[in-house]
Amino acid sequence: MPNTDAASKIPLLRMRGIRKSFPGVKALKGVDLTLYHGEVLALLGENGAGKSTLIKILGGAHQPDEGVIEINNQPANVSTPQASQASGIGIIYQEFNLIPFLSVRENIFLGQEPKFISLIQKTKEEIIAKKLFDRIGIKIPIDTECNALSVAHQQIVEIAKTLAQDARIIVMDEPSAALSPRETKGLFKVIKELKSQGIGIIYISHRLDEIFKISDRITFLRDGQYIDTLKTKEISRNKVIELMVGRSIKNEFPKRNTNIGETRLKVSELSQGKRVQKVSFEIKSGEVVGLTGLVGAGRTETARLLFGAETKDSGDIELDGKLLSIKNPRDAIQQNICLLTEDRKSQGLILTQTIRENFSLPNLLQFCSWSFIRKKDESEALSFYVDQIKMKITSTEQIANTLSGGNQQKVVLSKWLQRNAEVIIFDEPTRGIDVGAKYEIYQLINQLTKKGKAILMISSELPEILGMSDRVLVMNEGHITGEIQNPSNATQEDVMRLATKSKPTSA
Amino acid sequence: MKNFNYIQFLFDYGTLIVLVGLCFLFSYVTIEEQSPASTTSAELLAKVIKKDLTENNNIIVLARQGSEGKKFAEILTKKLIQYGINVHQTIVGQPADARKALINFGTSGSKLHGIAADKHMASFAGSNIGKISETFPNLSQTIIFQPNSYNWPNFLKRENLLNVMKQISVVAIIAIGMTMIIITAGIDLSVGSLIALSGVITALAIQSLGGDSPAMWHLWLGAIAGALVCGIIGMLTGGLVTIFRIPAFIATLGIMFIAKGLAFIFSESAPIPIANEAFGWLGRGRTFFGLPNSVILMLTLFFLAHILMNRTSIGRYIYAVGGNPEAARLSGVPVKWVLVFVYTLTGVLAGLGGVMEASLHITGDPKSGDLVELKVIAAVVVGGTSLAGGQGRIFGTLIGAFIIAVINNGMNLTGIESHMQKVIYGSVILIAVLIDQLKIHLMKLKKY
Repeated sequence: MPNTDAASKIPLLRMRGIRKSFPGVKALKGVDLTLYHGEVLALLGENGAGKSTLIKILGGAHQPDEGVIEINNQPANVSTPQASQASGIGIIYQEFNLIPFLSVRENIFLGQEPKFISLIQKTKEEIIAKKLFDRIGIKIPIDTECNALSVAHQQIVEIAKTLAQDARIIVMDEPSAALSPRETKGLFKVIKELKSQGIGIIYISHRLDEIFKISDRITFLRDGQYIDTLKTKEISRNKVIELMVGRSIKNEFPKRNTNIGETRLKVSELSQGKRVQKVSFEIKSGEVVGLTGLVGAGRTETARLLFGAETKDSGDIELDGKLLSIKNPRDAIQQNICLLTEDRKSQGLILTQTIRENFSLPNLLQFCSWSFIRKKDESEALSFYVDQIKMKITSTEQIANTLSGGNQQKVVLSKWLQRNAEVIIFDEPTRGIDVGAKYEIYQLINQLTKKGKAILMISSELPEILGMSDRVLVMNEGHITGEIQNPSNATQEDVMRLATKSKPTSA
Repeated sequence: MKNFNYIQFLFDYGTLIVLVGLCFLFSYVTIEEQSPASTTSAELLAKVIKKDLTENNNIIVLARQGSEGKKFAEILTKKLIQYGINVHQTIVGQPADARKALINFGTSGSKLHGIAADKHMASFAGSNIGKISETFPNLSQTIIFQPNSYNWPNFLKRENLLNVMKQISVVAIIAIGMTMIIITAGIDLSVGSLIALSGVITALAIQSLGGDSPAMWHLWLGAIAGALVCGIIGMLTGGLVTIFRIPAFIATLGIMFIAKGLAFIFSESAPIPIANEAFGWLGRGRTFFGLPNSVILMLTLFFLAHILMNRTSIGRYIYAVGGNPEAARLSGVPVKWVLVFVYTLTGVLAGLGGVMEASLHITGDPKSGDLVELKVIAAVVVGGTSLAGGQGRIFGTLIGAFIIAVINNGMNLTGIESHMQKVIYGSVILIAVLIDQLKIHLMKLKKY
């Protein structure tokens, strides 16, 4: 080696000219990626840009058609997930791969238990596990069952697992998606710690705030093509969005000119156990009320109670002055309340069915005569929304599973739009959705307010909550701890102050 | 023009291709020389004889014993007399009878111009006429007429094909309900026991209503009672699965034992005869176009179920509940009612199966229906319905049932012994599931 300077410039990971086609789709058209030791590289792109395919190739789940992958200037073998792990690559997917009823320790060493004459050496495992958590800087009791851990801690266990496999490259796919702001801060601490140990991290997220906070460089992908790699410090937020979507977006949140009218939805003292306690609020005609708080504060639970997805202990729900009786989601839908769930894959869609079938599920009776479905009417109604909300689909008979996140969310939207409900609850409407599709969803919310609908929007993304709502309610520990009347002038710190307050304001 | 997707085609119609392939296979291996003994072949043979012989020639008609032979001989004789040929004698019987007749004729001394015989008698006559004509030269110029033989697979005979369908009709009808249950990601192990229970209850009801000579309406009431009781039990199963959230496997396992036990208790462990042959209408009768009534019922029910699953809201709900029960619930689908519906319907269909089985034997037998639940599940799975729920088609199940029936029938025709049959049977089920897995795998690859 000529000198130490050059040695330090040897990239930890280098992927060059990666191409990958699937039947009918060119997913990657020659992508380059370089990752150095002790660096956080953000991988940015809209849904369908090829990020997941690239990561799956790195993880050995897919084989590239063309291209070179090198680790420390040596050709790397990533032909199978096992080979990829052995090459020092650890991937933490959005869906964790932990076995719920095994302990933290057992999960960390799953498949690579230290053995002595085929007996597992528990003590050795304990010592190594403790060392790993010391390296990460967070203490987790190693004999807890994994299903007893919070999502944030499960993530730490995943990280420990990759470290136990001696990973030098860690890929994190949307690691903050299910974390509260505080937990995300904790995660960043861990990432910085790993960085200082020379580990290279590829960080995938749609949250630009986080990208700016944590990453050193950003690699942009668009439509399977490599666009550019830039230093994070040297570019602006608008430039980032432009590079991602390929056009400039003036505002992240579209302006709204709606007259707010009479009170439509009135919720009084809604309660269920400790999770939701005496929650009261009103939503007026044409108003967007934001509901936020840390994860577990009771936001989603409140929405589910309103929608009848869970049974409330007490409390009244009135719409336009009429008391509603809601025992299950069917009642709520019939009384003009609908809920776009936070998890569209497990709660919003039937992934094995077509777009048309998903679309008409809550609307089936209006397409039926004598309980026979009029398929023609169904398709016609759907094609209206395909144009209106710009679903990018090849046919209405496409299976929901094959759509990108943004388009899946649009399918969910279309089914509730057809329902024409008066109260629409959006629970994390833009989670995991790219910037372009986010903007379209915001526009749609604005259109709904013009029709005089009452809208409740739950979100963990504070810029979104502050940018989109007319009023913001903040929850903590099952209570509403405060209200922000004029969100456009409020700061994220104002929200956080309320979100961590333990007693309700009325007390 | 879109590219034709071969993989998709193969998976959409794969089971059908397997069925057709099996039919070809069994047709090929069961090809045999057929001696036609039918009406038409007798008429054809008479025409041939008319051409070769002249009026008032003497002829003897020989046919082997049995109703087929008798009919053949009757028609042949009638035709030959019409053509003015002198039919000396018509023998339907054993070769010994034929020999006796020929010797009798020989002693008469007049010339025998021909023998008209079916295949068996012709071969007998052919090998013996030489010896007889040594003693009786008046037989030395006798021509033996026999119908032309031809090759045809035993499998593809009309009777055999109808038999295949008839034998599987009970399993197939219950498989309709089972398909719906499996699409909702459930299972029902109790259907076999319900067959026995339904048969016993039907027979008991008929016995207690009509005594020794039950009238038609007693039979109807009995059948309805059998189906109804099973429907109620199915509804109960649905309740256990939905309200008490007992896994379907366990709930129906319990019901399976209970129903079987009740069938034996009610019948006091002995088959109960039904004292009116008219009850056999459903299981044995052939009212329309010579098709077995059970087959017509089966095809009708499959057609109705197809419409239910593809054109009605309840069908759509069944798929939705199987695909994702939580998403379905949050879309306002009455998930519990849908589940109760499919279990109740399956109960009714199993009850109907019991009535059909009782009708076939004109007996309510507590031992009937053993292991039928496994055949039913096999038919559904072979038909391409995924045990994971959410996917499957009614006509796939019909094809699955046919595949099982054809394998059974084909193995019987080719004389494969019963233990080997089980091995092959099991292998086919495994192959079907493997294909299903391969399909899921390929779908994933396509999805990226």
